[in-house]
Amino acid sequence: MADQTIDALRGEPILLRILKGIALLRESGVGMIGAALVLFWVVVALFAPLLAPFDPLATLQLLAFPGDPYVLDPGKTFDGQAVEEVCALIETGEKQGKYDCGTFWLGTDRVGRDVLSRLIYGTQRVLLYAPLATFCAYAVGIPMGLAAGYLRGWADEVLSFVSNVILSFPVLVLYVIIIATIGASGTNIVIAVTFASAPGIMRIVRGLVLDLRNREYVFAAQTRGESAWRIMFVEILPNARGPLIVDSCLRLGYVIITIGVLGFLGLGLPPPDPDWGGMINENRLMALVAPHMTVFPCIAISSLVLGFNLLADGLREISLRD
Amino acid sequence: MLIFVMRRIGAMVLTMVVVSILLFLLLEYSPGNVATKVLGPYSSEEQRQIWLEEKGYNDPLPLRYLRWLGKAVQGDFGDSIKYKVPVSEVLWPRLGNTAILGAATMAVVIPLALVLGVLAGMREGSGTDRSISVLSIITTSVPEFASAPMLQAFFVFYLALLPGTSSMIGGFNPVELILPVMVLVLYDFGYVTRMTRASMAEVMTTHYIRTAVLKGLPYKMVIMKHALRNALIAPFTVVMLQINWLLSGVIVVEFFFAYKGFGFLILDASLNKDIFLIEACAMVAVFVAVATQALADIGYTYLNPRIRFS
Repeated sequence: MADQTIDALRGEPILLRILKGIALLRESGVGMIGAALVLFWVVVALFAPLLAPFDPLATLQLLAFPGDPYVLDPGKTFDGQAVEEVCALIETGEKQGKYDCGTFWLGTDRVGRDVLSRLIYGTQRVLLYAPLATFCAYAVGIPMGLAAGYLRGWADEVLSFVSNVILSFPVLVLYVIIIATIGASGTNIVIAVTFASAPGIMRIVRGLVLDLRNREYVFAAQTRGESAWRIMFVEILPNARGPLIVDSCLRLGYVIITIGVLGFLGLGLPPPDPDWGGMINENRLMALVAPHMTVFPCIAISSLVLGFNLLADGLREISLRD
Repeated sequence: MLIFVMRRIGAMVLTMVVVSILLFLLLEYSPGNVATKVLGPYSSEEQRQIWLEEKGYNDPLPLRYLRWLGKAVQGDFGDSIKYKVPVSEVLWPRLGNTAILGAATMAVVIPLALVLGVLAGMREGSGTDRSISVLSIITTSVPEFASAPMLQAFFVFYLALLPGTSSMIGGFNPVELILPVMVLVLYDFGYVTRMTRASMAEVMTTHYIRTAVLKGLPYKMVIMKHALRNALIAPFTVVMLQINWLLSGVIVVEFFFAYKGFGFLILDASLNKDIFLIEACAMVAVFVAVATQALADIGYTYLNPRIRFS
C-alpha cells in the first residue's frame, strides 16, 4: 500500500507531497510523540533569541562559586563556612536588587551563567551541526554505496574493504583519535562524523542497491542506453529512499550523541559558546553539590535523541505495516 | 569449517595490518613531529636531530614501519611520553580494570536483555511486547554521558547511597562499580533486547513451532525446548558485536567516574598526544573489536547447523 500511496502522491507539487507524507505519521502514536519532541527543539532553536531570558555568555559574578572548583575539593566547598559564604554572597546580591530568586528558572552554572539561556542557545548549535554532519556523511556514503552495489567488481572490493577497516574501530576511539589529531572545531567535527559514518551508510546503500539492481526498470534503463551514473542516481536511488529516511532519523540521533560526547570529553565545539555536551563537562565536578547544572542539559539531549529515535521507529512501523 | 575459520582469521589479520599502517602514517609520518612530542616543545633542534638519529627515524618510512610493527607484535610499543615508562606497563593493568567493568556489565546485560527480548518476542504486538520495545528505545536514547550525571545526581546527591566516583583509591571496591555498570547497562541492553525480540518473533512464526503448539505441547515446553534454541543464535552474534560498542561507552564512563581503565587511558593519551600510547591503545581496541567480530561470525556458523552443514 505504501507504494500505491506514494504513487498516488506523485505528480503533485513537491511541498504538498512532503506534507502528505508527514501526515502518514498520524497512524503511529510513537512516531507522533517523536515528531513533537523534535519539532519542540526546532522551534526552540529558531526562536532562541526571543525565548532566552539572558545572554548565554553573561556571567553573574555574585553567583559564581568562590574560587575555581576545579582546584577546590568540591566536597569541601559546601562544608560549614563555605556554605555560609555562598549564602552571604547570594543575600548581598538580592539586597543590591541584581536579581531575585525566581529569575533563574534552571539556576546558574559554576561561573554564574544562566543555565536556561545556555540550554536554549545550545539547541541552535546541536541542530546546526548534527544535520550538517549527517548530510555530509550521506553525501559521501550514498555515492560510495551506489558505486559498490551497482558497478560491483573491483570498485565493490575496494570500497567494502575500506569501510570494513574504518568500521573495525570502536567508534568513539576513532572520533577521539581524529579530533585529538586534527583539533576541535565545528568543521573538524563534521569531517570526523563524515569519515566515521560514511562507511556504515555505504553498507546500507550497497545492500539496497544489490536488491534493486535486478529490477525491470533498471534493465529497461540499461536497454535505453542510459549511463551508469544516471541509472544509479535517477533510477535506483529514489527507490531506495524509504529505508534511507528511517536510517537518517536514527543516524541523526546518533550524530547528536556523538557531538554531545565530544563536547563532554572536552573535544567538542570550543567554549565559551553554549554546547550541551560542553555544559555537562564544564559543570561535571560540581555535580555532587549542585546537580542542576548538569542534569538539565542531560535531559535536553536525551529528549532530542529520543525524539529522533521514536520518529524513526514510527516511520519504520508505517513502512512495514503497508 | 576449518577453511572458513582460517579465512576469517586471515581477514582479521589483514584488517589489523591496514589499521596499523593508517595509524602509523597518521601519527609518525613526520619524524620531526615525533621528536618534538617526545622531547618537548623546548628541546633544541640539535637534541631532536640526535634523538632521531639514535632511534633510527632518519630511515625511509617503510623500513620504520616494519621495525615498529616488528616490535609491536612482540608487545613493545615504546615508552609513554607522559608516564615515562614502557607503554605495556601502563596498558595491561588498565586493560584488566576495564575487563572487570566490561565483564560486570555483560553479566547484567546478557540475562536481562535475553529475558526481556524473549518475553517481548513470544507474543508479538502484545502489551508486554510494546512496553518492552518503548522501554528499550527510551534507554538507548539516553547516552552514557547524560545518564551518568543523572544517575549520579539521584543516587549520590539525593539519596546519598552510592559513592560518586570510582577511582578505587582505597583499593578495589565493588560498590564503586555499581554506578558505572548501571550506566553501561542502561545504554547497552536496549539494542540486545530488540535483536533478541526480533529473532524470537521470527522463530515464533515458523511452521515447526505451529506444529508443536497444534500437537498439544504445553506452551512452556514449546518455548523452552523448541523456540529458544533457534531464537538465541542471533543474539549471540549481537552480544559479541556489542563488545565493540562497550569499548566506546567505557571511555565516557571511565572519564566521568575517574575509573582507572583502558578507556580513560586512551582519552588521556589522545589529549596529551602521547603518540606511542595512542598507537598501542588503538591497536588493542581494534584487535578486541576485530577479534569479537571474527568470533561472532565463527560462533554463528558453528551454532547454526543450517550453515555448518551446507
